[in-house]
Amino acid sequence: MSTIPGELRYAKSHEWLRPESDGTVTIGITDYAQNSLGDITYVQVPKVGAALKAGDTFGVVESVKAASDLYAPVAGTVTAVNSALDSAPETVNRSPYGDGWMIRLKPADAASLGALLDADAYGKLVG
Amino acid sequence: MSELKRTPLRDFHAAHGARLVDFAGWEMPVQYRSILEEHKAVRRTAGLFDVSHMGEVEVRGPDAVKFLNHLVTNDVAKLFPGRVLYSPMCYPGGGVVDDLLVYMRGADDYFLCINAGNIDKDVAWMREQAAGFAVELVDRSADYALLAIQGPRAAEIVQSLTGAKLGLVKYYHFTEATVAGVHCLASRTGYTGEDGFELYHAASEAPALAQALLEAGAPRGLELAGLGSRDSLRLEAGYPLYGHEISAEISPLAAGLGWTVKFDKGGDFVGREALWAEKQTGSRERIVYFKTGDRRIVRADTPVLATDGTAVGRVVSGTLSPILNEAIGAALVAASSAAHPLAVDIRGTKLNLHLVKPPFVELKKSSSA
Repeated sequence: MSTIPGELRYAKSHEWLRPESDGTVTIGITDYAQNSLGDITYVQVPKVGAALKAGDTFGVVESVKAASDLYAPVAGTVTAVNSALDSAPETVNRSPYGDGWMIRLKPADAASLGALLDADAYGKLVG
Repeated sequence: MSELKRTPLRDFHAAHGARLVDFAGWEMPVQYRSILEEHKAVRRTAGLFDVSHMGEVEVRGPDAVKFLNHLVTNDVAKLFPGRVLYSPMCYPGGGVVDDLLVYMRGADDYFLCINAGNIDKDVAWMREQAAGFAVELVDRSADYALLAIQGPRAAEIVQSLTGAKLGLVKYYHFTEATVAGVHCLASRTGYTGEDGFELYHAASEAPALAQALLEAGAPRGLELAGLGSRDSLRLEAGYPLYGHEISAEISPLAAGLGWTVKFDKGGDFVGREALWAEKQTGSRERIVYFKTGDRRIVRADTPVLATDGTAVGRVVSGTLSPILNEAIGAALVAASSAAHPLAVDIRGTKLNLHLVKPPFVELKKSSSA
């Protein structure tokens, strides 16, 4: 059974999204995703300032097993990336919702978060 | 998963949190905790692998040596009781049927260890090749379990469970020993490049032996290790994997295993003529081992490119070395290209291949050989 924090929003492609108090959102991959991938060996993230549309590939997460694209759950501009993952990609396995965060976005439209899955709906998807 | 074959340790793996996958029709642990952590444990302390899915064949009879020397490329006549030989077994065209270990137990009494995915093919091939030789072949694969304990502390762990003097068993030698009360053929061999033993024993005793090794080993840093780390370890050690660096299409000469083809051992062997011809002209394609200086894994089937961008080969194995912290692999390339700069394209980024004469890391396998 994977961990699915109740306060986050989720995409069907196994990214999670957390609204921050300053209006930005933090994005990473779920516990289910990191477990499926196994040992994560490399994370590729975009540059700060990149403009993404919902569904755009924003990077790649690689494991010993396979490489997997990362998809932007909402449209927005990248305001920060977690460069600690360059030297310690395994942080995503250890702490997918905490230290393993991947990017921060300023969403183009705050209302777009509503279209994402809540914890229950995501739980049904992966349950 | 119910259609998959199971080793006697399947429930043991599940009880220890293994991630079980389909490997060659067997339900096997790919990892327990983490492929990378299990790999590091083998290099630092010890790892325990269940490789019971591998095959064992007994070869006995007055023509045993003659038959085996006809069957394999290396020289079986060099063996004496207690000695092990690594050899490929080839088709008439020089391609490889399988690679295997040959154990000499006594005069006219040999024991072979073959790859799990090739058992049926190998046994059928051997029976066909045995026509005209006074030998008896018995497939004992179902009767044996095999546990491989590998790493700097592996020998110490096994020694703590047996009265046999393992210090006298040198690399590529074996002895019969009782380990934790279980009768074993204890072989100082392995697929990781570290010191260690492979313990062949009766399938019914596998859970007891595994439990005893785990209990003796855990305080010494032993970890259960799966097939994921087994693959990254063997690639780091520069050891070929059937279906990747050797195959029906890739001869031992092309794979850099020329030392296993003993043209002057006396008598013909299957593939001798074709391999001799290949030796004279040089192999058309060659296996090269490489690293990239980058963490992105270069996966099998990735095209290998010359400077002008033309494909001159393909990757056959690729992983991340957790010791070097960079991607390593092996590729099959046109022999004429092997001396020139080679690269791969990973999602639009060109990465140069730095060719390496394996092993990638210093191997600590028993030096008392």
